[in-house]
Amino acid sequence: MADNLAPTDADGLADAVRWAIAGEHPLEVLAGGSKRDFGRPVQSAATLSLAAFDGIVDYEPSELVLTAKAATPLATIEATTAAERQMLAFEPADYAPLLGASGGATLGGALACNLSGPRRIKAGAARDHFLGVHAVSGRGERFKAGGRVVKNVTGYDVCKLLAGSYGTLALMHEVTVKVLPAPERTRTVLVYGLEPAAAMDALGTALSSAHEVSGAAHMPDEAAARSAVSYVADAGAAVSAVRVEGFPASVEARCEALRELLGRFGAVEELHSKNSATLWREIRDVRAFADDSGPLWRLSVPPASGADAAARVSDAVDVRALFDWGGGLIWLGVNGAPDAGEGAVRAAAAAVGGHATLVRADAPTRAARAVFQPQTAGLAALTERIKRAFDPGGVLNPGRMYAGV
Amino acid sequence: MPEPDAGVISQRQSLVAALRKLLPGDCVIDDERGLRPFECDGLSAYRSLPMVVVLPRDTREVSRVLSLCHERGVKIVPRGAGTGLSGGALPLADGVTVGFGKLNRVLEIDTANRCAVVQPGVANLAISTAVSPYGFYYAPDPSSQIACSIGGNVAENSGGVHCLKYGLTTNNLLGVEMVLMDGEVLRLGGKQFDAEGYDLLGVVTGSEGLLGVVTEVTVRLLPKPATVRALLLGFPDNASAGACAGEIIAAGIIPAGLEMMDRPAIHAAEAFCQAGYPMDVEAILICELDGPEVEVDELVALVGDLARNSGATTIRTSRDEAERERFWLGRKSAFGAAGRMAPDYYVMDGTIPRARLPEVLNRIGELSREYDLPVANVFHAGDGNLHPLIMYDSSIPGALQRTEEMGSEILRLCVEVGGVLTGEHGVGVEKRDLMGTMFSDDDLKQQQRIKCAFDPDQLLNPGKVFPTLHRCAELGQMHVHRGETPFPDLPRF
Repeated sequence: MADNLAPTDADGLADAVRWAIAGEHPLEVLAGGSKRDFGRPVQSAATLSLAAFDGIVDYEPSELVLTAKAATPLATIEATTAAERQMLAFEPADYAPLLGASGGATLGGALACNLSGPRRIKAGAARDHFLGVHAVSGRGERFKAGGRVVKNVTGYDVCKLLAGSYGTLALMHEVTVKVLPAPERTRTVLVYGLEPAAAMDALGTALSSAHEVSGAAHMPDEAAARSAVSYVADAGAAVSAVRVEGFPASVEARCEALRELLGRFGAVEELHSKNSATLWREIRDVRAFADDSGPLWRLSVPPASGADAAARVSDAVDVRALFDWGGGLIWLGVNGAPDAGEGAVRAAAAAVGGHATLVRADAPTRAARAVFQPQTAGLAALTERIKRAFDPGGVLNPGRMYAGV
Repeated sequence: MPEPDAGVISQRQSLVAALRKLLPGDCVIDDERGLRPFECDGLSAYRSLPMVVVLPRDTREVSRVLSLCHERGVKIVPRGAGTGLSGGALPLADGVTVGFGKLNRVLEIDTANRCAVVQPGVANLAISTAVSPYGFYYAPDPSSQIACSIGGNVAENSGGVHCLKYGLTTNNLLGVEMVLMDGEVLRLGGKQFDAEGYDLLGVVTGSEGLLGVVTEVTVRLLPKPATVRALLLGFPDNASAGACAGEIIAAGIIPAGLEMMDRPAIHAAEAFCQAGYPMDVEAILICELDGPEVEVDELVALVGDLARNSGATTIRTSRDEAERERFWLGRKSAFGAAGRMAPDYYVMDGTIPRARLPEVLNRIGELSREYDLPVANVFHAGDGNLHPLIMYDSSIPGALQRTEEMGSEILRLCVEVGGVLTGEHGVGVEKRDLMGTMFSDDDLKQQQRIKCAFDPDQLLNPGKVFPTLHRCAELGQMHVHRGETPFPDLPRF
């Protein structure tokens, strides 16, 4: 019978890892469990839950830093920072609806998967806001890295390495993140009826302007039709969206300037704060794909190549698309392809110079296909050496990212 | 520093001959006159003549040089423009210094993807100059930006006055090409936002030349802001200036720059460059705001009100570019001004929680009296990064040592109040032996294992960052008792 470990303090985590090493029991690492089905299926003898590591440890709004235990729900972090008119600027997504999971997203989980929302183009990714960590390595040793201040170059930036390591290197149990002032006002300029290539052009024009755009997405008509925002859903056409945030007068002025700038691409409309919040939460959580369970790819590409990459895939297989990050992030839902569309997706990513991740698929597909981008021999070897540096016994989420890692 | 390897030094002539087969004659320097300019970086109190200097012209040459040195067990010290302040490019008597002066081209300006691809020897400011006609700039702006190279910026994760709003180097990179110590060439990232797999770009940035040698850099470009204005604020004491910085941030404003200078720094700067700073105050803040005109106008007024409420006795707003530049002139000349006040000065670089500023400045004042060494403080007030400038005279026996002792006390103080040893200058050789005040043995060993994953023979820039060198084989060992251990106390569910 599988063991389920639930240590309640850092020494307990170290004990659990030493137990796993000694008995060669690989561990599946969980916090809220909302992304348990993201990544390759882990061949584990036991699960290790971090659920007990819940709660905000220290929050200094004037210092722009927050320290919390890793399994603190994102909802708690969001409510706490909102009360001080601050936020996690990287806008972490909640993939639970997308992956059909019941568990709630946690701060540690968002960092472990380096999940960043639409604001990534302006504010940076989760990794850019990750300042410090207390963790237990796969050697069963407690260590810390980084600090509790926003500016620090003391030693290697181990936080960056742990962000996006999917629990394969260390058990993070306490994390410090940067917080930023929340915008007082938000406006979204919509442009109707653009084909993807024209849409990338429009988004690029907005992003290259001085109007400090904090969201730039494109919803082809099928994706737009699923929005809860009537100005988007009822368009009966593709909708491109550009967000501006900040102080009221500034937002109004930039919104006006962007309407003018984007008017030459198509008919424009404007969303106010409430509709903007709904729309960008839908885009952040990829709600356009939450109603089905088919294979879903996330492509990270040079933004100007977004339309080209998507077209290359759709030439080969039947897909639905959603574009974020000005075209730099493409979500592709694949219908009825025997290989979950992997061949076409990888070829398209390679052609434009990017990479692809199979975010959603059933377990047999995730076991049979490369979920993460296959690496060059040199990168793969370095990745393995990094894994061994933290977890030589391979007890933390083994195989989650790559076989043998 | 590690004891120079006499065996390696004895093979110097043969190494030079082998290097000359890989590179043209003028790219291999081995005569003392040619080596002398490389003997130190910006931390000039530490000097050592390198065994050889090479100046490769492309990635292939870098790879060949590293591969050759790897085979021969010869250490490598990468060097950008040599402006670093922590001794990261301090040469080794038994090592080859690799300079990047000949890798100095902007390779591509990609306006559609808002990025530029440059060689590591390109100066930081040269990137912004090159992309300026297209309406873009590169945000990180270390004070040495005219001279410092982007390759060095990557190694040190350099900051600058604008990093509160726009981030350090690490937040503005998309990709690098790098060469490992064994000569293998790897690409990390590209023109897309996120790297695949582990964030190796993130850990290489700021690794102080210990993990790999960067041969190409792809940087993110930002559209130039529509408007930039600055306020010059004078306060009757340090505490009210610090409090005002806190009020500005609490009001939801992230200024493009928020700099503080204390009385000695103001007076030194004023004597040096006549920036027009108020002389009847104990501290000044320079608050720069950028963005849409209507926003900047609104925030200038708001910051002025906050300053008044915090007790500011001087509130000036720049009316034009010339005046804004004059506000900055004194701040940007602060290091040079310190150089005018004393024969030598020593720049510190700790970061503290901003709220602890008044007590930290008081304690630095006490140390200054105790050691009888004058100190001027300049401070990135937005992000808590403090630069005390200790003035001394190196011709007085023991003065450098006392200065360093005092500097160490200041950095220990930073850690004690919840801060860190270095905010933007790096550890290098300068703060190496203080790493133990911030990190435990296990913390440091885990970092050194990362080093081993990149450079198992520890030939890249050894003697920097880590106070104790451990052999990789020893670091890699894991002591476990095989077989089932019961661990009866593990909570299960």
